Amino acid sequence: MTHATFRIWRGDSSGGALVDYETDVTEGMVVLDAVHQIQAEKANDLAVRWNCKAGKCGSCSAEVNGMPKLMCMLRIDELDMSRPVTIEPMRAFPPLRDLVTDVSWNFRVKKRIKKFTPRPPDAPDGSWRMQQSDVDRVQEFRKCIECFLCQDVCHVLRDHHKHDEFIGPRFLVHVAALEMHPLDVADRVDELKEAHGIGYCNITLCCTKVCPENITITDNAIIPLKERVVDRHYDPLTKLVRLFRGKRDKGRAEIPAEDPVLHGSSRSANPSEESR
Amino acid sequence: MTEHDILSYDVIIVGAGGAGLRAAIEAADKGARVGVICKSLLGKAHTVMAEGGMAAALANVDDRDSWRVHFADTMRGGQYLNNWRMAELHAREAPDRARELEAWGAIFDRTEDGRILQRNFGGHRYPRLAHVGDRTGLEMIRTLQDHLVHLAIDVHMECTVLELLKDGDRIAGAVAYERERGRFKVFKAPAVVLATGGIGRAFSITSNSWEYTGDGHSLAYEVGAALQDMEFVQFHPTGMVWPPSVRGILVTEGVRGDGGVLRNKDGKRFMFDDIPENYRSQTADSEEEAWRYIQGDKSARRPPELLTRDHVARCIMREVRAGRGSPHGGVFLDIAWVKEKIPNSKEYIRKKLPSMYHQFKQLANIDITETAMEVGPTTHYVMGGIRVDGDTQMSTVPGLFAAGECAAGLHGANRLGGNSLSDLLVFGRRAGEYAAAYARDNAAVNVDAAQVDLATTNALRPLDGAGDRGPAAEGPYQIQHELQEFMQELVGIVRCEDEMKSALERIAALKKKAPGVTVPGNREYNPGWHTALDLRNLLTVSEAVARAALERKESRGGHFREDYPDKDSGFAKFNIVLRKGGDGAMQVSRESIPPLPAELAQIIEEMK
Repeated sequence: MTHATFRIWRGDSSGGALVDYETDVTEGMVVLDAVHQIQAEKANDLAVRWNCKAGKCGSCSAEVNGMPKLMCMLRIDELDMSRPVTIEPMRAFPPLRDLVTDVSWNFRVKKRIKKFTPRPPDAPDGSWRMQQSDVDRVQEFRKCIECFLCQDVCHVLRDHHKHDEFIGPRFLVHVAALEMHPLDVADRVDELKEAHGIGYCNITLCCTKVCPENITITDNAIIPLKERVVDRHYDPLTKLVRLFRGKRDKGRAEIPAEDPVLHGSSRSANPSEESR
Repeated sequence: MTEHDILSYDVIIVGAGGAGLRAAIEAADKGARVGVICKSLLGKAHTVMAEGGMAAALANVDDRDSWRVHFADTMRGGQYLNNWRMAELHAREAPDRARELEAWGAIFDRTEDGRILQRNFGGHRYPRLAHVGDRTGLEMIRTLQDHLVHLAIDVHMECTVLELLKDGDRIAGAVAYERERGRFKVFKAPAVVLATGGIGRAFSITSNSWEYTGDGHSLAYEVGAALQDMEFVQFHPTGMVWPPSVRGILVTEGVRGDGGVLRNKDGKRFMFDDIPENYRSQTADSEEEAWRYIQGDKSARRPPELLTRDHVARCIMREVRAGRGSPHGGVFLDIAWVKEKIPNSKEYIRKKLPSMYHQFKQLANIDITETAMEVGPTTHYVMGGIRVDGDTQMSTVPGLFAAGECAAGLHGANRLGGNSLSDLLVFGRRAGEYAAAYARDNAAVNVDAAQVDLATTNALRPLDGAGDRGPAAEGPYQIQHELQEFMQELVGIVRCEDEMKSALERIAALKKKAPGVTVPGNREYNPGWHTALDLRNLLTVSEAVARAALERKESRGGHFREDYPDKDSGFAKFNIVLRKGGDGAMQVSRESIPPLPAELAQIIEEMK
């Protein structure tokens, strides 16, 4: 057993500060265990969101030593214990209290995405036939536990606060799961370009790096969606046809997405690595 | 009461796991105005942790399967204490509920001909569990959640119900508090569906999340509803045992369904040593036959590792107590051994059990494709709960419904793995349907201001005098911890009269202490306050478990008595029922089980 210091952000929407707590750590402990121990022994009112403590519900997201993590899956022996371990709430969302943030925006965003719309059933009993090879890709996206760590590190949300114009990596993955679902017949490509703001993403891969489910967010979800948007809206032939019809396409002013795959040469550092 | 806005609905659903969401969807479909109240964020409820799958006799993998076989398996697993009407409805309706999930966007793993794949599980005669790797619960809850958000349903997240309200004999709504600001909310509704899940947090070693504090059980009990079968707590045989901080986290039964075997420290497959009489004809004689079953050979019988959970858990305890356990007090669960049988075993294991692979790698530094896991029993599920009508799910209080884990009946003395996810959907849907009908057919209710005032005054008590508590005094966490420790020790997997009596004395002492607990801080997102408010519920369900377990002087299913180690046919005829008496004390009674109709009795006879 060793002694360790945890430097935890305490506060609310009006502000706060880091407070040091010392506690004992034992073999195999994860960061959430330490937070619970401190809560039980020293700070009964220390607010933290958690449920399963098994990496399955995605509730205990926080920034530990500046890295976005699920506290229940981060072992303390992976950290440098010679220095205090800093635990802060996610920065892309407004703080509510201590380690708890207001993530309600995410729930509002999901409502805006066109729901699953299946083709008519293939069999009289109302069921469908799908091959495993056809669903493998979508099953990857459906591993998402909605921890919102990808939203937290996305600079479009975190630094530029484009919450009204951009749905963020989590919901691009959600749209990808719907668009690539073998049964789905709805079309979300126009919304992707306009309401969902996919052009804002300049594929810096930050989201992919922090995903605790190892979903290849950028390569497998976002880039194929960008390609669909490009095919429909930026293909020269299609554009010519549109021009004749007099329907001018209005691209985004801030971040032009004409060449979305190559855009973003200035791959920004993972924002979580910035000093606070 | 004037300072509280009253939110009025036709149907209130308490809980947003599988049962609550399915009930909400159904009630809304039937035209009811629906409000969902849940303790956590949407999509985080305990259903998300379900791993193995959802039992439904789709017969996609083995065409010998049917609802009749599923019904017989469920009754046999429950040692015939089940509400047979629920077991029948469940077996008949589960396939439609699985197909319906697919229509709402769920993607189960596929068979070669493109249908829903089904896997083997304990106590199921044929491969029956529709699944997605080992994250079936996530697929289910996300599908329901994504379907629900496009319906006109209000969801009150991070909101905890403190008390149910009554208007005469009928249910009239609920008083709740929302965590963000700590404000009270009053809900008025002629129908309330409880879908609050289980009670695992009454024990120290559990696979359950913090939410599982028996809220629904306790809320229903307080307004006069009957609880039944509370002595039947399921200890899942395979929880993690090392390192200490992860003790209790679930290791899915799917590991055994996909070829994992249990061994003691001598390397012996001890499950072959003790096969119960009523399962002998269905269980493999040799390791060779067991492996053929895993490979899909229809002439082979199930490996003994896939006997029911109650039995496997007791066999593990036997090995540990006899000194044949693993270094940290469990036994070995080995899936890595399949490399002897198949060439691409690593890929097979990672594809079939991705989250188990990840969990052991991350938390225990163990690669399960190379090394055996150390596992031991963990408190997992309560078969007992609110006594309901099998068809409508209405409790003994008019207008109060219950579905899912917090309701009793379907599983009898022991639940089969996979029967929980199907339970949630079948009876969630039924509860939603009948709650909507009840609200439509009955007059409006009134909220009684005095009941609301009492609830809010009691709820604020832990915050009065906050800060007065010296460092030596007990806080809510200490009381909760003490309860969990002695419940595990005295009313856990092996029980006897003396120990349970001593547990009841200690529960009585904590019941005196708990109302006086104080917490620091204010009302905003204060987990200490929440823990203090949970104590009553935990104490109520703990007392219910201990009293019912004391009353059942035999061993059956999840209930094992050292002082009465055998099954007693005299105890097969009734359920143990608990009610709050006029004096406030818990009353225990025996209620006989109605006889099986001839048709169902014949099915059981045929399947023996």
